[in-house]
Amino acid sequence: MAADKPKNIQEWLERNVFALMLGTALMVSIAGIVEIVPLFYLTDTYEHTRTDEAGKLVSPELVWDRGDKRLFYKDESGNWASDWKAGDGVRPFTPLELAGKDIYLREGCLYCHSQMIRPFRDERERYGHYSLATESMYDHPFQWGSKRTGPDLARVGGKYSNEWHTMHLLRPQALVPETVMPAYPWLAENSIENDFFGTKRDMKVRLSVMKLMGIPYTDADIAMADDAIKGYTEMDAIVAYMQALGTMVKLDDSKAYRE
Amino acid sequence: MDTVVKPQYNDGVIKAFALASIVFLVLGTIFGTYAASELAWPFLNFDIAEITFGRLRVIHTNAVIYAFGANVLMATGFYIVQRTSGRPLFSNALAWVQFVALQAGLLLAVISLALGMLQGKEYHELEWPLDLAVALVWVMFTFNFVMTIAMRDKEKVPHIYVANWFFLGMMIMITYLWVVNGLSVPVSLFRSYSMFGGVQDAMIQWWWGHNAVGFFLTAGFLGIMYYFVPKQAQRPIYSYRLSVVHFWALMFGYVWLGSHHLQYTALPDWVGSLGAVISLAMIIPSWGGALNGMLTLSGAWDRLRTDYILRFLIMSLAFYAMSTFEGPVMSAKTVNALSHYTDWTVGHVHSGALGWVAMVSIGAVYHMTMKLWKTEMYSMSLINFHFWLATIGTVFYIVGMWVSGIMQGLMWRAYDEYGTLAYTFAESVSAMHPYYAMRAVGGALFTLGAIIMLYNMVMTIRMAGSRQAAVAHA
Repeated sequence: MAADKPKNIQEWLERNVFALMLGTALMVSIAGIVEIVPLFYLTDTYEHTRTDEAGKLVSPELVWDRGDKRLFYKDESGNWASDWKAGDGVRPFTPLELAGKDIYLREGCLYCHSQMIRPFRDERERYGHYSLATESMYDHPFQWGSKRTGPDLARVGGKYSNEWHTMHLLRPQALVPETVMPAYPWLAENSIENDFFGTKRDMKVRLSVMKLMGIPYTDADIAMADDAIKGYTEMDAIVAYMQALGTMVKLDDSKAYRE
Repeated sequence: MDTVVKPQYNDGVIKAFALASIVFLVLGTIFGTYAASELAWPFLNFDIAEITFGRLRVIHTNAVIYAFGANVLMATGFYIVQRTSGRPLFSNALAWVQFVALQAGLLLAVISLALGMLQGKEYHELEWPLDLAVALVWVMFTFNFVMTIAMRDKEKVPHIYVANWFFLGMMIMITYLWVVNGLSVPVSLFRSYSMFGGVQDAMIQWWWGHNAVGFFLTAGFLGIMYYFVPKQAQRPIYSYRLSVVHFWALMFGYVWLGSHHLQYTALPDWVGSLGAVISLAMIIPSWGGALNGMLTLSGAWDRLRTDYILRFLIMSLAFYAMSTFEGPVMSAKTVNALSHYTDWTVGHVHSGALGWVAMVSIGAVYHMTMKLWKTEMYSMSLINFHFWLATIGTVFYIVGMWVSGIMQGLMWRAYDEYGTLAYTFAESVSAMHPYYAMRAVGGALFTLGAIIMLYNMVMTIRMAGSRQAAVAHA
């Protein structure tokens, strides 16, 4: 019965495992090519690269025009400072914020908190202006999330004081009785300079890798990266990260950033 | 009479995978029930970092997907491929290496996740060394499976059986997804950063995320369905044509759906809309497949009264049909605006995971246990009891999540008579409490069923062992 010739393509595929695999591989590739590949080159994927009919950028102000300005530096009194101010545009995370994001990833915050405000009236009133793609363009990995067991954090920066965040992470129920959030007392005890098993949290490597992936850190930033987290706890770092969320761009309510 | 020599199958390694799968079903559902209880009663976090919800949830999802799911797929995959190719595995030794590597990898995975080594991508949390190890195990599985088919006697078995197509489809797509979504640059042994950022990372993540469901948890388990439903019902599959359509439609269609997880986000609108449209169209092949399984029983429906294993298989198809209807509904933009970010999504996942994936696996593992150890089950009535615990547990779970999900969505968008938001977020959280408790109860019932199954299986194996010993002595 094997002698008979295959009558159609399906029958031929059913008899040849490698042909079947090749056919399947082609079939499953189509959607990715159509849906994902264009996102890498279409200029309207991100708001700051969108152009009008004349080919002029619509919202270039969304990204921090850094020039010679410093992302972070130590001032005369020995405190960390920055030439960037809230609303100046999207910038890379400082080393302390980036280290704070490490903690955010480690504790799985993503599973209960989104960072993506949708363009609805209620979300606007609860969380603020809808999120722009440009705001998370330096986020490797992105943290938009898929679940709100707790509130959205896309614009939590500046809403509460550092002290509030610290107390809330230590004992959430003390500030919000209804909350189901776990407490994170160890954050206040651990130095952010240490990574797993007491290894060093190497911020120079982290910034270099980010730079490699296209995030505009300068060599001076990388050289200072380890110093910039010295003396801080994990708590300081994660609070610094949260305080940066949503503060980078100044948004104009009357402007349509996307279609 | 024909003197057909029955081929010798490599069943030892299948026994190991099958038993491991049920051990992990018990562990995975215990983790899940505990995580669910933490949301109902947060004191259960006990300020212990390793078991806080953020990490335990990830341990739960990894345990049920990659420990329970992978062990089931490998047990059934090796079982099916040998029997439908009429020959033993291409390499029994490689299959054992794969078994040991998988269990060792899973142990390390649980430890690393408890310590918080999370990549920050949903359902793809393992850090790069384990990420690579998983890929290696997967390639071993694929290679052994494909070579077993390729080396079959093509005179006796010219056609590749439909169950194997689904397994092959899963193997190809999961390799593809795992590699692309896992592309990242390590900064230490314990941390790496995704090579993609922002919108592209989001789209690639959900291209992966939805197809982990579509290919790992659907295509693979449909392979199980296409073999074990006809076997258990002792009838051929209802329609060969329908299975061809089911297969190609799934391979083509499922891949588009990831973007429906990102509607109304900063992802360009056209991508989400495309995902939603194809999601709706996917009802047709999904229901075609479910009907193909169910109608295999036509004329033999009375078996459901006496065959408890068949009950699991048919109930799983009912849940498959239900959740493949619910999914497209939730991907419609107007529904998604309400359901996204709520517990409804969690309920939907579990109607698929508990109702479909777990139930079809349970049916297949019961069936295999009797064949592999050449015995009856220790207790048939315990299987019946397990069936009802699993069904009622699943229904509790998903009803709880429907109510809480829709309630959350409505409370968040509710306005009072003065045009201000009617509820604070905290009020919506406290309103969820009864449903979170209900979910924990549903999960506990399901877990209890799994424990009973493990007991029943162990007793069956012991019974078979002592009987063989008695035969040997006689």
